[in-house]
Amino acid sequence: MTAPFLNDPAAVSWYEASARKRVVTLLDPGSFLEFIGPEQREMSPHLGIFDLPKQFDDGMIVGHGTLRSEKIFVAAQEGRFMGGAFGEVHGAKLTGLLRAALKADIQTVLILFDTGGVRLQEANAGELAIAEIMRALLEARAAGIRVVGLVGGRAGCYGGGGLISGCCSALVVSEQGRISVSGPEVIETNKGVEEFDSKDRALVWRTMGGKNRRLIGVADAFADDTVGSFRDATLALLEQPGRFDLDTLQAEQTRLEVRLERFGHCADAAEIWTALGIEDASAIPAMAAEDFVAIADRVQEASHDAR
Amino acid sequence: METLTFHHKTVTPAGGAKAQALVGVVASGNLEVLVERTLPPAECTVEIATTAHGFGDIWRAVVGDFVARYPAGGLRMSINDGGARPDTVALRLAQGVRLIEEDAL
Repeated sequence: MTAPFLNDPAAVSWYEASARKRVVTLLDPGSFLEFIGPEQREMSPHLGIFDLPKQFDDGMIVGHGTLRSEKIFVAAQEGRFMGGAFGEVHGAKLTGLLRAALKADIQTVLILFDTGGVRLQEANAGELAIAEIMRALLEARAAGIRVVGLVGGRAGCYGGGGLISGCCSALVVSEQGRISVSGPEVIETNKGVEEFDSKDRALVWRTMGGKNRRLIGVADAFADDTVGSFRDATLALLEQPGRFDLDTLQAEQTRLEVRLERFGHCADAAEIWTALGIEDASAIPAMAAEDFVAIADRVQEASHDAR
Repeated sequence: METLTFHHKTVTPAGGAKAQALVGVVASGNLEVLVERTLPPAECTVEIATTAHGFGDIWRAVVGDFVARYPAGGLRMSINDGGARPDTVALRLAQGVRLIEEDAL
């Protein structure tokens, strides 16, 4: 084996890897089999109208494989193709996967998010896809299936992707992963640069980046930027029971209300971290993953059992 | 969108046993190549869909060079191009042949 084809999960950067590389190295070696693969050429029916290039898998890879010998379903977005954005085919593949999980007696579905939201060139189809995916996801959860989202790609998880991630049973995030609905530029355009300066990268990362998302309980586990670390974090999450009932939802509603009350007045994420009881909040952004995980696990907001 | 198709007779069949391979991504300055082992062993076809019009001669040269230098017999190669430079195209084609040479699953 030569270097470009190395498949050691501990050596593969999640951020740098393609969606296919993430899937193949995340699952048990050789176990991944794709549904509606690129050879079927199920491509966007809309991009051609705009004379834009298509991709054979429309930026969405779906299939099945095993994770520590458990048969699971997996979906992965390719963030470099149109920013991983949702279009008609892209979305339908994920909707179909979630519906199929119900019939195939699957207990776990992983979604490897890497998306800027809905594809503008097929906005109506994309928005519909988001709604269909959320419905299919919640129906899967209601049937006892765990849907875990993994966020650590270059497009982050924005727009409709952010909404879908909020519906998941649990999320794993790395420092590079950003989770939000409106992106930095969108906020700045609508609310002004005083509200949010999208060119201030430290501000963007501090607010939407994986560390803040973990500390305020958006994400349930923090991974270092390797496929191996994502795999370990996912396996640890799957050890916990995946509840989805009225009590869970009411607990989540209460948690969010209290969180808003506690931190709603904060002007910066670092203020929230201080309020959470972290002694040196200014050290968080540069902190190594291992040290950060130890702190995050101690913070009560991050270790809730609602969602 | 401009579509180009090049048919070549080849001497050496592609190695390995994998049925297909996919390399690259459709992004600015990049391309994806889907490699499928579906043709008779002495043929190679390269199909290109590109939004950059008028570069047929350069594609012809890059594909001709690739078929002359790599064992591409039996391969149908389909390209979605995002405006890649000729050197990137050459590298992706070589990478595709290299990947399909791996053992079948």
